[in-house]
Amino acid sequence: MKSTGKVIGIVSNLVTVETTGPVAENELCYINLAGTDLMAEVIKVNGNKASVQVFESTRGLKNGDTVEFEGKMLEATLGPGLLSSVYDGLENNLATMEGVFLKRGEYTDPLDHEKLWEFTPIAKAGDKVVAGDWLGEVKEGWLPHKIMVPFAFKGEFTVKSVIEAGSYNIDKVIAVLTSEDGEDVDVTMTQKWPVKVAIKAYKEKPRPSKIMETGVRVIDSFNPIAEGGTGFIPGPFGCGKTVLQHAIAQQGEADVIVMAACGERANEVVEIFTEFPELIDPHTGRYLMERTTIICNTSNMPVAAREASVYTAMTICEYYRAMGLRSLLLADSTSRWAQALREMSNRMEELPGADAFPVDLSAIISNFYSRAGQVVLNNGQKGSVTFIGTVSPAGGNLKEPVTEGTKKAARCFYALEQNRADQKRYPAVNPIDSYSKYLEYPEIVEYLDKTVEEGWVANVNRAKNLVRKGKEAQEQINILGDDGVPISYHENFWKSELIDFCFLQQDAFDKIDATTPIERQKYMLDLILGICDRSFNYEDFEECRGFFKNVINIIRQMNYSEFKSEQFDKYLNELNKTLDENGK
Amino acid sequence: MANKAYQRIYTQLDAITKATVTLKAKGVSNDELAVVHGKLAQVVKTKGDSVTLQIFSGTEGILTNAEVTFLGSAPTVKVSDQLSGRFFDAYGHPLDGGPEIEGEERVIGGPSVNPYKRRMPSELIPTGIAGIDLNNTLVSGQKIPFFADPDQPYNQVMADVALRADVDRIILGGMGLSNDDYLFFKHAFESAGALDKIVSFVNTTENPPVERLLIPDMALTAAEYFAVDKNEKVLVLLTDMTSYADALSIVSNRMDQIPSKDSMPGSLYSDLAKIYEKAVQLPTDGSITIIAVTTLNDGDITHAIPDNTGYITEGQLFLRNDSDSGKVIIDPFRSLSRLKQRVQGKKTREDHSQVMNAGVRLYADAQNAKTKLENGFDLSDYDLRCLDYAKEYATKLLAIDVNISVTEMLDTAWEIFAKYFTKAETGIKAAIADKYWPEK
Repeated sequence: MKSTGKVIGIVSNLVTVETTGPVAENELCYINLAGTDLMAEVIKVNGNKASVQVFESTRGLKNGDTVEFEGKMLEATLGPGLLSSVYDGLENNLATMEGVFLKRGEYTDPLDHEKLWEFTPIAKAGDKVVAGDWLGEVKEGWLPHKIMVPFAFKGEFTVKSVIEAGSYNIDKVIAVLTSEDGEDVDVTMTQKWPVKVAIKAYKEKPRPSKIMETGVRVIDSFNPIAEGGTGFIPGPFGCGKTVLQHAIAQQGEADVIVMAACGERANEVVEIFTEFPELIDPHTGRYLMERTTIICNTSNMPVAAREASVYTAMTICEYYRAMGLRSLLLADSTSRWAQALREMSNRMEELPGADAFPVDLSAIISNFYSRAGQVVLNNGQKGSVTFIGTVSPAGGNLKEPVTEGTKKAARCFYALEQNRADQKRYPAVNPIDSYSKYLEYPEIVEYLDKTVEEGWVANVNRAKNLVRKGKEAQEQINILGDDGVPISYHENFWKSELIDFCFLQQDAFDKIDATTPIERQKYMLDLILGICDRSFNYEDFEECRGFFKNVINIIRQMNYSEFKSEQFDKYLNELNKTLDENGK
Repeated sequence: MANKAYQRIYTQLDAITKATVTLKAKGVSNDELAVVHGKLAQVVKTKGDSVTLQIFSGTEGILTNAEVTFLGSAPTVKVSDQLSGRFFDAYGHPLDGGPEIEGEERVIGGPSVNPYKRRMPSELIPTGIAGIDLNNTLVSGQKIPFFADPDQPYNQVMADVALRADVDRIILGGMGLSNDDYLFFKHAFESAGALDKIVSFVNTTENPPVERLLIPDMALTAAEYFAVDKNEKVLVLLTDMTSYADALSIVSNRMDQIPSKDSMPGSLYSDLAKIYEKAVQLPTDGSITIIAVTTLNDGDITHAIPDNTGYITEGQLFLRNDSDSGKVIIDPFRSLSRLKQRVQGKKTREDHSQVMNAGVRLYADAQNAKTKLENGFDLSDYDLRCLDYAKEYATKLLAIDVNISVTEMLDTAWEIFAKYFTKAETGIKAAIADKYWPEK
């Protein structure tokens, strides 16, 4: 029997409930407000008093209102049809809601129960299977969507029957399994899974060994993220966090993209679902929306559902990973999620940690990041969840709890810098402060040697060093003046500007420059390093500046041209001419 | 809001702070309004039988045996076309001596628009100010604040923008306005002959600070009436949001909440977002655009109020006193309109974004030259040209007293580029530069 209770205290969306029976941490409940059921989650239990966070506005709620506990945690519904959908943080389908305004207590089904899917069996009667094993497959857009043994099934099962190929809706029983106890269980195309628990239906979780291309030069070449890796982008507002995330969402080399808009602007979500249906995925030639799921809890939606939104998004990524696919989760921004935790902790009058955040913040963040990764499934196939989160540090100061907690958990760090943004040097990723731990992995270095070129990482490090040297030279020039330093300082400075303007900076709004495949990145970096290796004639620093400015201008025009097109070659010839005229 | 018949009256207060009172009462709902000793109050916390009320006008003079009655609903505002041309206080009562409004009573601070039902903002709002139109173009459905020090003429700029913008309705939400500024707005609207399309909700510094908390929701509920029910293009002006946030911190402090950064409540982000996210382009032609003011302390944008605001709004317009031109300018470095790409080159001439970027880049070079000059170094020929450019650029384009069309702004920019630089130095795409570079 379900436990019930009644409301005895209300502060904003934190409600205290006196219960009649047992309740569990994170258990779901519904509070009845004048005939409308408001979903809430237990976050603390003390004797027969449960503190619950309500996922809706509590306006009008009264002490004495009744509560019904559900005996389960917040669950995601998984099945074909998740892609191209727009959900709220609790996985309600926003497209099927009526009216312009969100109605309190309106919960919609995440999946379409009418739609027919073309099913093909994979398993056959007599097969031994465990949770996560593939029973059959439907085509979701162009993706092979595996129908799996539900993750919640414990122990080994024998397949009793699998339905023959044909068109079925998601509620159709597609297989019957027999448990070790001889009990028959039906399997449909959908299953449920509690979002705060990681899906572990895989054999092992090896270290990432491949790069996930994003088409963004400062990431792919300078600080690449691995497939199944983790990264984060902290930055003050106005530094281009969102533009960079959208670029990664559009160009990232993944089969499935889940965008979690967590406490961010609604218009950014609108931008995604208006543009993605028309944009083409550069890797497959299909529409971007076909591989994208949007989970949005925009900043004006109920705070408690913000936390749920990132977990729901992660669960969907893990679900597709179990099909042997590469999924990419982009969460913008994890700081808003941390703030939601802070608001609740504050209302519960817990003793605060740094900046009034809950003391276990760092542990919560690490735990979440650990759900990403590359896995080897039971059948030997590989799948991955790559996770990139943004962080919005208060006042742009990176010494704050969310940034510090995330730095411990994420392997790549893309520091967006106010100074670069002010100078419109986009993407404003600081090339020196940012890092990718993956460049230290021997398996990744080997992968790059094989796929890009032998000694690639050494080349990248050389470029980084040139940027560093240029920065030092610039400081000296600023202190001593143009005339007070040898010309080699100017040369070093301008070489770093060459790398900055022609390689690190990238125009996200230019059709061609926005995406640079790794092959083109290699070509351009080799070209630029080649220039840095040469010596040129200039009498004084004015000539040095003039020369490099000219070179930069030509290479930028190359960046705007189709790779190796006639126009590209024209600028290349012009470049070579300029180099030869001035070369020693 | 007269007392209804047979209403239970409570007369025993257990605790009184500067902004709240606590008493024992039954059947009270969250967010419900109440009247305490004739003053309007709202339920902010219930615990067992104990109810905490926030008194909007402060608790001075309230006795522990004061009469308390509950009104049964959250704060409301009456909406109808009669709102036009009128001035109201934070409770929606007329300030202008006119009659009370008749219309539908709506609860303020209502639900948000389903993000899926929104449309992408895509209509240009021209203001004539090049620092805005050229570098930080505004789009209908956008939310954007002015970041300004208290000594800068932000209310004047905002009034200019409002009166020049092509909108159906302007709604002013004044929080902690000085009486002089209130009269300024009144005069500006009257003398522009635009009063009939303007609705104002005003709380001046003479009124209690906590009352301010009602102003944005009042203004935005009225805005939703015109945008959703009447399909109008509505522009909402909120000044000054720093006063609003200060009022929030007073209340949270009185409720013994643990403050986060800069003694602001931990929920500041959500509180501000709830207001700004009301900006919307509806699937019909209706829209709500919000232009706000956040006053800064000596240009410090790392303070919790501007910082949280910057993360919520779609950019910010930064006012700065410029010593080169001797004018107040829209700072091109710190200002940003996140939606500008929606209209630049689409609703304006194709060269718009290239011209904008080149203009700002060269202005940055001028700043470097200035630093060199200040440090006593010799300036190169390029540096000197940059400095001259910066002065002209600031005077003719960045200053807030500019009032020209976007095409004129672009032409002016090309003229200034050609006066001081070569095509290559501007770094503009060759195809665009060749087409628009002025003949000598």
